[in-house]
Amino acid sequence: MTAKVTVEEVERVAELAHLELKPEEVGPMLGSLNAILDYMAELNQLDTTGIAPLAQVSELGDAVGTSVLRADQGQPSLDRATVMHEAPETDQVFFKVPKVIER
Amino acid sequence: MAGENKTVGTYIQKPRTLAAVRAEILSGNTKATDLANTYYERIGQINPRLNVYLSLTRDRALVQASRVDDAAKKGDPLPPLAGIPIGIKDVLVMKGAPATAGSKILEGYHPPYDATAVAKLETAGAVLLGKLNCDEFAMGSSNENSAYGPVRNPVDTERVPGGSSGGSAAAVAANMAMATLGSDTGGSIRQPASFCGVVGVLPTYGRVSRYGLIAFASSLDRVGPFAAYVRDAASLLSVIAGHDPKDATSSPASVPDFAALSDEPVEGLRIGVPAEYFAEGLDAEVRTAIEKGIAALEAAGCKVKPVSLPSTRYAVPTYYLVATAEASANLARFDGVRYGYRSPESETLSAMYNHSRDEGFGAEVKRRILLGTYALSAGYYDAYYLKAQQVRRLLAEEYLRAFAEVDAIVTPTSPIPAFKLGEKSGDPLAMYLADIYTVTASLAGICGVNVPCGATGSGLPVGMQVLAAHMNEGTAFRVARAVEAAEL
Repeated sequence: MTAKVTVEEVERVAELAHLELKPEEVGPMLGSLNAILDYMAELNQLDTTGIAPLAQVSELGDAVGTSVLRADQGQPSLDRATVMHEAPETDQVFFKVPKVIER
Repeated sequence: MAGENKTVGTYIQKPRTLAAVRAEILSGNTKATDLANTYYERIGQINPRLNVYLSLTRDRALVQASRVDDAAKKGDPLPPLAGIPIGIKDVLVMKGAPATAGSKILEGYHPPYDATAVAKLETAGAVLLGKLNCDEFAMGSSNENSAYGPVRNPVDTERVPGGSSGGSAAAVAANMAMATLGSDTGGSIRQPASFCGVVGVLPTYGRVSRYGLIAFASSLDRVGPFAAYVRDAASLLSVIAGHDPKDATSSPASVPDFAALSDEPVEGLRIGVPAEYFAEGLDAEVRTAIEKGIAALEAAGCKVKPVSLPSTRYAVPTYYLVATAEASANLARFDGVRYGYRSPESETLSAMYNHSRDEGFGAEVKRRILLGTYALSAGYYDAYYLKAQQVRRLLAEEYLRAFAEVDAIVTPTSPIPAFKLGEKSGDPLAMYLADIYTVTASLAGICGVNVPCGATGSGLPVGMQVLAAHMNEGTAFRVARAVEAAEL
């Protein structure tokens, strides 16, 4: 896959990632992304037919061991006041944010 | 040049061993509070130049030190790290202390809890001095991506300390702490350790709890220690390792006495040298220094043999696809809602997210989030992310096969020694390519140690990377001790 990333794609991806690039940031970002993605296209030289993806090294089996589960039991969490102390805007119960929906 | 020579070596100071300091505290010859204050004085003198610490946790440190002094005075048994001054990378949380992760988006944030590794150090009696500078969200190989200014390498202050745990490595090299904690996702402990001439440990994935580590890439991140001596690094690992119910990827494997394991002689150990790590791109002086290290291992009775890791050249693109994809998910939580920076005067929630993130994140972080989001997006997921995870399995299996033939694998940690500030920051891809020797171990989940292994002609430290199979840190420490003993 050596398709060049377009400005439209960068803007769409930025939207997905909730990143708003300033107009002067778009060009350089596009350049870096294309250079990096071109380099990553080298992976296509490898035949990986039938190879299972390795998302977690614990999947390697005997070498590392199995993942560990625990009983699904609720535990006390953080004290609300402590958490709200770090909040940018709060009524001490909820996190206050700008409106979500236009009336 | 006279001006240049003035900075070389000025800040370098080797800490004493844990054993030496422990003996003095036990006997009462040294008070932990005096020791802590001595470190704070040194920090006060040289931190303005080196920019190693972002914040100090003096009150907490002195309370702990007093506790140690009281216990010592009464003749109570002292825990293994009693009174030892240790610095903590700013991606690990300490309750009530700032945790910036080197980013503006967490400026002013004070976490309400301790990381497990931090808590374990404190239970062991360690005196936690403060939070160490690092690349933003642990993304970088030079500590130039910190929103709070770069760290300067104590060996030569015009050069980078490496990254992302640049502050952690520099602190030990300049004796601004006897030991530190850092994190390693693609080389962020090993590489700065090699640039600064100190010991850095990459524990097996799952060996040390990630609870309280601000996440970059969850399937790759590891917490690990830096120290001036291999035996001390091994002791530290025994303290911070162990199963943690708060980290679902934490291994239930028992934790041995790594320091004791490191004492064992290396005679008869089989050492693998992969040709792929000694090919083009390797600086000639680094090569020479590593070859001397390998010769030292042979002299100590090791059997050195070639091994093959043919997929090595695919490791960097694989790593940057996996890591950035995971980072794009992990960094989605920084949205201005619950903590950290919130952009003022946004009309809608969506605008608040966008502005807070655009203003709070640096360029490299944004680049990686975009790359990761792209690699995961519809239409590209198979070609990029899935493909990378398949190559990851190939790389991991190559290591498993190699470790069937050898006990440890040794390589240079970095193809180049510490470069000058600004030299590589204009070319992100060039910076990524310098990670070539460290990312494979990251992807495979295996463990390793960077041990100082001589220097270039101009005195820049060279580091040898000693890799071992999963859960075999003891073997890596043992081999590293032999290299250290050669005093190259």
